[in-house]
Amino acid sequence: MSEPAPPPARVGLHEIFVTFLLIGATSFGGGVVAYLRAYLVESRRWLDDDEFMSALEISQTLPGLNATNMSIIVGDRLRGVGGALVGFAGMVLPGSVLLFVLGALYGQHGHKPFVTAALAGVAAAATGLLLATTIQLGRKELHAVFDLALVAATCVAVSVFHLPLLVILLTAGPLAVWWYRPRAVAAPAGDAAADR
Amino acid sequence: MNKLLQLAGVFSLLSILAVGGGTAVLPEMKTEVVAEHDWLSEAQFIDIYSLGQLTPGPNMLMVQLIGQKVAGWPGAAVALLGFFLPAGLLAWYTGRLWERLADWPWRESIRRGLAPLAIGLMLAGTVTIARIALGDLRTVAIAAVVTAILLARHVNPAYLILASGVLGMWLLQR
Repeated sequence: MSEPAPPPARVGLHEIFVTFLLIGATSFGGGVVAYLRAYLVESRRWLDDDEFMSALEISQTLPGLNATNMSIIVGDRLRGVGGALVGFAGMVLPGSVLLFVLGALYGQHGHKPFVTAALAGVAAAATGLLLATTIQLGRKELHAVFDLALVAATCVAVSVFHLPLLVILLTAGPLAVWWYRPRAVAAPAGDAAADR
Repeated sequence: MNKLLQLAGVFSLLSILAVGGGTAVLPEMKTEVVAEHDWLSEAQFIDIYSLGQLTPGPNMLMVQLIGQKVAGWPGAAVALLGFFLPAGLLAWYTGRLWERLADWPWRESIRRGLAPLAIGLMLAGTVTIARIALGDLRTVAIAAVVTAILLARHVNPAYLILASGVLGMWLLQR
């Protein structure tokens, strides 16, 4: 895909808002990419699979969260800055309102033993979810010994040596990009597209 | 006012450092919020993280509750915008640029090089949460079972999170 595909027929700002509001309200459990794909590619047909993967690639490479980055990139794609703004607002609003309510409940009942115990259970499960997500992404993205070494070095630098994140990004980042500099990459064509 | 500026500073820096998403900045966020600024205790930090797990949408909406705890409503807004806006602007700009860079060879180098870095940071984020959340054998068991189920089957994690909350009420009450 060398030429950007033309955006689909003009989509209303309210449609963008409502669609991301639905994604924002239903994507429980952290797996927001599946919800994004179900709505944007399958239900609304605003993007085809290639366009979706391309937007996702940007979201994942850049700093920030997939969910909000995707809402901004796709919203912008469909209706420019206005689309990006309403996409972002829709994505954040439901969770934000619910979290406000949960926060108020926590403020009133957070000291009670059954609340503490329930949250401890949630935290334990969240740890499992984080680990599983990291392993799944690792299986997909890590191909070489260098990759594994970089994962280990980064994790140790943060978890054991507590180096500042900025320092790690500014040293390991350029090094890793240089390692995969264009002439060193012999990836077969279509590798990026098959990469999910 | 001073608090708001501090919130804006902390969360907008975290925003642009979040290569690998929200999980990747959890260690740095915990350091800033708990040790550096003393806004929350470690227990409150993990509780707020858990509340965030019960909500749909972006994973790190918890920053809103941190902001609210520090400086009320304005604090919530500043933390939320601070955390999502800088990265969002970058995504917006790059989204426009990226298509034109389709044939730029370094594009794949950047993606390929940053992927392991992002995964390493996510692993470190997992370690941060695990160190607080997994205090005894029961919580380790819950985490292990959840990991195993998610790796073996295609289940919505939300069900496992909720089930573990209920299980926790029964199993973890002191």
